[in-house]
Amino acid sequence: MDLRAQLSMSFHMDKCIGCHTCSVSCKNVWTTRRGAEYMWWNNVETKPGAGYPLTWEDQERYRGGWEVSGGSLRLKLLKGPGKIRTLANIFFQPNLPTIDDYYEPFTFDYQNLFNAPAGDDQPVARPKSLITGEFMEKIVLGPNWDDDMGGSPLYASNDPNLKGLSESQKEMLTKFHKLFFFYLPRICNHCLNPACVASCPSGAIYKRGEDGIVLIDQDTCRAWRFCVSACPYKKPYYNWANGKSEKCIFCYPRTETGQANACAHACTGRIRFVGALFYDADRIEDVAKSPDERIVEAMRDIILDPFDPRVIEEARKQGMDDNWIKAAQESPAYNLFKKWRIALPNHPEFRTVPMNFYLPPLSPILHNAKAESGGMFDPESSEFFNSIDKMRVPVRFLANMLSAGNEQLVLESLKKQMAVRMFIRQQRVGDVGDSAVKNALSSVGLTAQDCTDIYRLVSLGTFQERFVIPETHREHQTAVDPRTMYEKRGTVGFGAKNAEFPRRTW
Amino acid sequence: MNQMFFGAMPYILLTIAIVGMIWRFTTSRYSWSSQSSQFLENKTLFFGSFPWHYGIITILVGHIIGFFVPSAVLAWNGVPVRLYILELTGLAFGFLALFGLLALIYRRLTNARVKALTSGWDVLILIVLLIQVVTGLGNAIVYRWGSNWYAASAVPWMWSIFKLNPQVDYVANLPLVTKVHIFNAMIFIGLIPFSRLAHFVVVNPYKYLWRPYQVVRWYKRDPRTANVIQYK
Ligand code: SF4
Ligand code: SF4
Repeated sequence: MDLRAQLSMSFHMDKCIGCHTCSVSCKNVWTTRRGAEYMWWNNVETKPGAGYPLTWEDQERYRGGWEVSGGSLRLKLLKGPGKIRTLANIFFQPNLPTIDDYYEPFTFDYQNLFNAPAGDDQPVARPKSLITGEFMEKIVLGPNWDDDMGGSPLYASNDPNLKGLSESQKEMLTKFHKLFFFYLPRICNHCLNPACVASCPSGAIYKRGEDGIVLIDQDTCRAWRFCVSACPYKKPYYNWANGKSEKCIFCYPRTETGQANACAHACTGRIRFVGALFYDADRIEDVAKSPDERIVEAMRDIILDPFDPRVIEEARKQGMDDNWIKAAQESPAYNLFKKWRIALPNHPEFRTVPMNFYLPPLSPILHNAKAESGGMFDPESSEFFNSIDKMRVPVRFLANMLSAGNEQLVLESLKKQMAVRMFIRQQRVGDVGDSAVKNALSSVGLTAQDCTDIYRLVSLGTFQERFVIPETHREHQTAVDPRTMYEKRGTVGFGAKNAEFPRRTW
Repeated sequence: MNQMFFGAMPYILLTIAIVGMIWRFTTSRYSWSSQSSQFLENKTLFFGSFPWHYGIITILVGHIIGFFVPSAVLAWNGVPVRLYILELTGLAFGFLALFGLLALIYRRLTNARVKALTSGWDVLILIVLLIQVVTGLGNAIVYRWGSNWYAASAVPWMWSIFKLNPQVDYVANLPLVTKVHIFNAMIFIGLIPFSRLAHFVVVNPYKYLWRPYQVVRWYKRDPRTANVIQYK
């Protein structure tokens, strides 16, 4: 066993209101620089929708992630045996998205509103490209262009997750009264088998051993941009102005001191949970090679039980501080993903073993259930509970998105969430029959205690309960780096040693 | 005159290149790359970057082989058919490089986004490279069988430079085009530390072929360093 720790974020999709507070906090903290304007390390997409960059989930086009070939794992990008192909494409990458797949960053010529000479017409603020500084004829794409489906099914119909749906199911997209959509907030998944790291010819990208955060060493990055192509989630971004790739850093300067990530901290829907996981690094490759139907189970398998005395002993042997062990035991990530089995990874079939988890949303399912039965549902009838799996459209869609197509896993999570609702409703309102609740609980395998705990965490959870982030205590590690904290002030982490962002002169 | 261009300048420019590279690598390793603009424009780039790099690398390798084993080249050329094959291949790759270079220049001049990122250094390099490729092709076409007399004139001159005993006579009587070609090559070397040409001296990617896929860095694994790299 090679025990390692990983910080992980979970998202309760039902509670996401698509307000983009998370994206804006992230942008304000990290990506307001030139060349980074178009980057959204945290972004929130409407699903169904084309996403950002456009159709990022379509790996036929981008060739991100891994595939199993001849019993071994290889980057999809390589298309052939060995890594030579990466180097052969070093002068021109056929699968690299360009800025037009994201959007050309722009501002508006606001000054014209004040300075325009007197005339017959109202002055306007024309859009100006932030790359060329020239006026833009027309803005054709922007952040969240198809937000809330952008008023048309044009973008949504390109969603790669719609595959496997029948024509009549797809038609749902255009029928206003049957319409469903929800939000998918995304950050880098800080994968256990990161494709970005594996594709970097310079070896500039690395996973941190202590907390699993994946970072790009800015001094070593040579602008080859293979990470951008190889990451199936398109979460490394190329800074066109200074020629370096950048990505979500999981707010490590904050998490190292026990603070919540900027996006999670700001989240108005309180949909985010951050916690630590212990996993067995020896088995990563086996997990990444598992067949699609089994891959989520395999991921759950390598997450170790933080209460198991052998695991605790191993963690101590690895030199892990007690606060990390305690955090792993109270971890919302562990509970949601492994213990209660209600959270699922985004596109596990990309085989990067992503470490962010999502609770599939119940709402679009209920919405459809209601639409089918004349608009109302009776919470007392067990028929409702059992009809979840009849609502095939969203379940298939969610399974494409969250479980490599395994509908059973999505149904398990949805039914569990439903059972918790019934359980709490019985306690609060009392209009659900005892037997209905009992049946629901036993059929999904939850205890009353589990229901109380789930409800406590996802509905009432305080800041301390949602964010259990152990401090790294760098100040104690004087054996590593004998400088005092005072001497180290202004240095930021592993890669960049300058407090200020370096300027490029040629 | 010859003494100055082919006796003294090589040393001046080589010194500039070496000192400059050390200086840039230590003070500004951050900028040690070619700033890719594929992200902003990739259609014309395809017709520029691919032919250019594969063309010029092949030509360069040819020059280097000639430099290290001139006798092998001469022996190969001993049979006329083989000489023709070598010359024609060289010419083909030269034109491939020229085509790519022209596409790249066209792209720099016409695409607004790429233009916004173009520095004076980039323009200078494109000019130097264009001169280099055109004079190279001119040599090959006008003064035929360059692979033969390259091995007999420029190569011994280069060796004499490295042996710190410059024998300018080897190149003094070469045609003007050839002299420009040689001198321009030295300018090119001198420019390496001051431009995107730095990417020409890449020390990293070859490791990629041998290293395992994953890279992990530990902050507290080894007491002596703060940054232990492990592969797994
Ligand atoms: S999501 Fe992409 S960028 Fe993030 S660790 Fe995984 S492969 Fe790398
Ligand atoms: S801040 Fe929270 S609720 Fe708002 S969009 Fe982001 S994740 Fe969703």
